[in-house]
Amino acid sequence: MSRRGKPPEVDSGSMADIAFLLLIFFLVTTTIATDAGLDRMLPPMEPPENPPIIRQKNIFTVNINKNGQLLVEEELTDIRDLREKAVAFLDNGGAPVGSEEYCDHCRGERDVESSDNPAKAIISLKNDRETSYGTYITVQNELVAAYNELRNREANRLYGMDFTEMEETYLDPKTGASVRLDLKGKVTNIQRLFPQKLSEAETSSSN
Amino acid sequence: MSKFAKKKSGELPAVSTASLPDIVFMLLFFFMTVTVMKDSDVMVENTLPNASEIKKLEKKDRVIYLYVGKPTQNYQKVFGTESRIQLNDKFANVNEVGDYILSERAKKPQELQNVLTTALKVDKDANMGIISDIKQQLRRVNALKVNYTTYQGDAFNNLQ
Repeated sequence: MSRRGKPPEVDSGSMADIAFLLLIFFLVTTTIATDAGLDRMLPPMEPPENPPIIRQKNIFTVNINKNGQLLVEEELTDIRDLREKAVAFLDNGGAPVGSEEYCDHCRGERDVESSDNPAKAIISLKNDRETSYGTYITVQNELVAAYNELRNREANRLYGMDFTEMEETYLDPKTGASVRLDLKGKVTNIQRLFPQKLSEAETSSSN
Repeated sequence: MSKFAKKKSGELPAVSTASLPDIVFMLLFFFMTVTVMKDSDVMVENTLPNASEIKKLEKKDRVIYLYVGKPTQNYQKVFGTESRIQLNDKFANVNEVGDYILSERAKKPQELQNVLTTALKVDKDANMGIISDIKQQLRRVNALKVNYTTYQGDAFNNLQ
C-alpha cells in the first residue's frame, strides 16, 4: 500500500462561521408578533351625579338583532351603508348660525332634525345577547371608521396630515419627546372637534 | 547546551479554534430554548374577526389577556361546545373574571396598575351574551380600558 501515516484532518475552522450564521438568523427572525385591535373604553359602573339632558335628535341609535340585521334610526339598514349614515349624522352641524353650538368645521346638510354639533352627537349602540361577535366587531369598526374619516378630514385641513397617522406616531414608544409634544396638541385638538361618544347600552335578550 | 537550544527554534504554536463552534452552538441553544413564544396554550377556538381601523397594542407588560371561544376538539367532551372563557390555563365562569383581573392587576408594578388594558381575544362565532357579561365584570372591577383584538383585514369578511 502506498498510503502511509494518518489521513488528512478535515478543516473545521469554518464551522464557527456556520454556527454564527445560524445564531444570527434566529436572533433576527424571532420577532414576537404584536397584537392589534379596536380600543374601547367601558362606561364606569356608577352613573354620573347629574346626567346631562340629551335631546333626542342628538342621539343616533344603532340596534343589532340576533340575525345580524341593523336598525339604524328606526330604519332597517344594510351594514355597508352604516358608515355613510354615521358620517352624515356626526357631520350634520344642525345648530343655527350665531348660536353657541354652531359648528363651523362641519360640512354636512345642517338639517335641524339631526345632530347640533359633533361634540353633542352621541351614537348609541345596542345589541342582542345572541348577536354574533363578528357582526358586532364589524359594526364597531364601521362606527370607528366614520369617526376616523371625519378626523382625517379635519387633520388634513388643519395640519396637512392624516389623523390616524398622527395618532400612530404619537402612541409609538420610539417617537422622540419633541415630536411627541408637538403631536399631542394636534391630536387633542382634533379629538376635541370630533369626540368619540359611543354609548353601549346593556344587552337585551329577545324572546 | 545544544540540547536545549534545539527546542526553541520553532514559531509560536497557533491557538486552537476547534472549540469555537462548541461555544457558539451553546449560545445558539441557549437562545433557542430561552425564547418563549407564548405564555399559555390556547384551549379554545380562536379565530379572531377582521377589522380595518385597528391600533397596535404596544407595551406587553400592561396587557391582560382573556380568551373566549368554543373549546377545541380535545376539550369538547368535557366542556361542551358552548363558548367558554379561558383564564391562564383553565376554563372559568363569567363571575371569576373580575377576581382574575384583580389578581393580575395586583401582580403588576404599582405604577402600571392604573394604565392596564384588557385584551379580549374572542372567537368571531361567539355570542355577544358572554361578552356583555364579561364587560359587566370588567366594569365592576373598574378595568375600563379594553381592546377587542382583531386581525387586520376587511371587516365585512366577518359577516360570512
